Amino acid sequence: MGYCPNTPEEIREMLAVIGAESVEELFAPIPGGLRAKSFDLPAGMSEFELMGIMRAKAAAGGAGITPFIGGGLYDHVIPAAVDHLSGRAEFYTAYTPYQPECSQGTLQALYEYQTAICRLTGMEASNASLYDGGTAVAEAALMSLRITGRNRVVLDASLNPLHREIVCGYLASLSAEVTGVAPSGCGSDLDRLMGSIDAETAAVIVQNPNFFGSVEDFSALAAKAHEQGALLIVSCYPIALGLVASPGEMGADIAVGDGQSLGNPLSFGGPYFGFIATRKRFIRNLPGRIVGETVDKMGRRGYVLTLQAREQHIKRHKATSNICSNQSLCALRGLIFSTALGKKGFEELALLNYDKAQYAKSRLGAIKGVSVLNAGPTFNEFTLSLPKEAALVVERLLGSGVAAGVPLGEYYPGMEHALVVTVTEKRSKTEIDRLAALLEEALCS
Amino acid sequence: MAKFFTKEHEWVEMDGTQATVGISEHAAHELGDITFVELPQMGKSVKQFDTLAGIESVKAASDIYAPVSGRVVQVNDKLEDAPELVNESAEADGWICKLEGGDPAELGSLMDAAAYAEYLKGL
Repeated sequence: MGYCPNTPEEIREMLAVIGAESVEELFAPIPGGLRAKSFDLPAGMSEFELMGIMRAKAAAGGAGITPFIGGGLYDHVIPAAVDHLSGRAEFYTAYTPYQPECSQGTLQALYEYQTAICRLTGMEASNASLYDGGTAVAEAALMSLRITGRNRVVLDASLNPLHREIVCGYLASLSAEVTGVAPSGCGSDLDRLMGSIDAETAAVIVQNPNFFGSVEDFSALAAKAHEQGALLIVSCYPIALGLVASPGEMGADIAVGDGQSLGNPLSFGGPYFGFIATRKRFIRNLPGRIVGETVDKMGRRGYVLTLQAREQHIKRHKATSNICSNQSLCALRGLIFSTALGKKGFEELALLNYDKAQYAKSRLGAIKGVSVLNAGPTFNEFTLSLPKEAALVVERLLGSGVAAGVPLGEYYPGMEHALVVTVTEKRSKTEIDRLAALLEEALCS
Repeated sequence: MAKFFTKEHEWVEMDGTQATVGISEHAAHELGDITFVELPQMGKSVKQFDTLAGIESVKAASDIYAPVSGRVVQVNDKLEDAPELVNESAEADGWICKLEGGDPAELGSLMDAAAYAEYLKGL
């Protein structure tokens, strides 16, 4: 059988079926700025030449810079076991585990991953991972619409602004409505969030710690949501869960988040993974793959993909989601990381993050003209008010090899002087002191 | 009470304005072992032939359509733990839900038992 896709004849046939004159007309709805400018690729090169280019790109990508940047993705220690085990050929090359008879290793790992996510988030059922934190929040929003049959979600604007954009993007093509609630200072405006929940609300979506680093207690919000038949969706930072109450403990119905901090390097933007977990009674509304434990006909324990009737290869357009894949390898790294640390390790890691950030907070907050904007407790991130525009200060400190944080002006108009600083366990006292000295110098001059 | 059937193999029995809904024995047999019945939400309003509920078996996942219009006033919650009731007794104990506020005139567009039996012969 010949395999030569898209011959001119086939292209003509396909265009005729959909009623387009040309390929150009077919792509016309895609804005020009997003279209490929050219498909003229340079000639191939040798492995040796390519490695040189990749090394140069890696060196230009922030190597040698001390990062105090967080905002959803974090610079954490990755135990050597993560690279070693996830790089084993049995895991590294295994693709879609449809066939339980030859995929027990991958299936068992994903099953254990689901268990780890449930234990971390305090929930009862997890899927086998999603693409990233932002799409996980959006999938949770879609879940809430399906479960409640309602049409409106309330979105706390102290949720990661990029994630908010993804949620709005997903919901824009449905007839669902998004009600944004502005934060109060650097905290969630709990009164206004509660006041926005009514009998038409499918879910309230919040984040803990929020984008400003503030740690919140959403228990009362959960109770209020449930009173109105709405769900509470909490996006969380897995490393913080070693110290902060889990979404489950606060009464959340769906817990989501980005799993990057669990054993995945920042790698200039990915790949990462997202997680989503829920109460057992909502499991049939979870999107994506779920691995279940069963026994074979000899009574031996085994693992299979389960509840597949939710998925699009069975239910087509009525599936719970068009997500039919997952980030197995990144999720596996998350599992190995979690297993290597264990419960006690998670607590110690979280405490280390908290302690170092507390030191940085008091050190930086003591600089003349600088103040800490978070009214309540924080974890490893906090927001500073600077006497100068934060973006300019960050730019200046980059010249000294320090990435001071995330300036908020781009995401929150009016907060141009605010800077979110993140201090993970990897930052040393020397590095924090250096940040303080550079910041002081930049602000005084 | 007389049962009426749809071409999609739901049955309905009407008592005044209240309708009891299920799937036919033929449908239950064709689906094979039923593993899950997705019961409708209480209070949900449907028009005749709208999607009402869902059913999954070892072979397929299918929708259950409303044979008549109405509002869901009762669901057979025994099916949550024992979906196999639909296999055992599709047209009695395996009923799916009860709808209130339906119009008996809608039965006119459905088949009675004899017509449904004829219809099955032609499939």
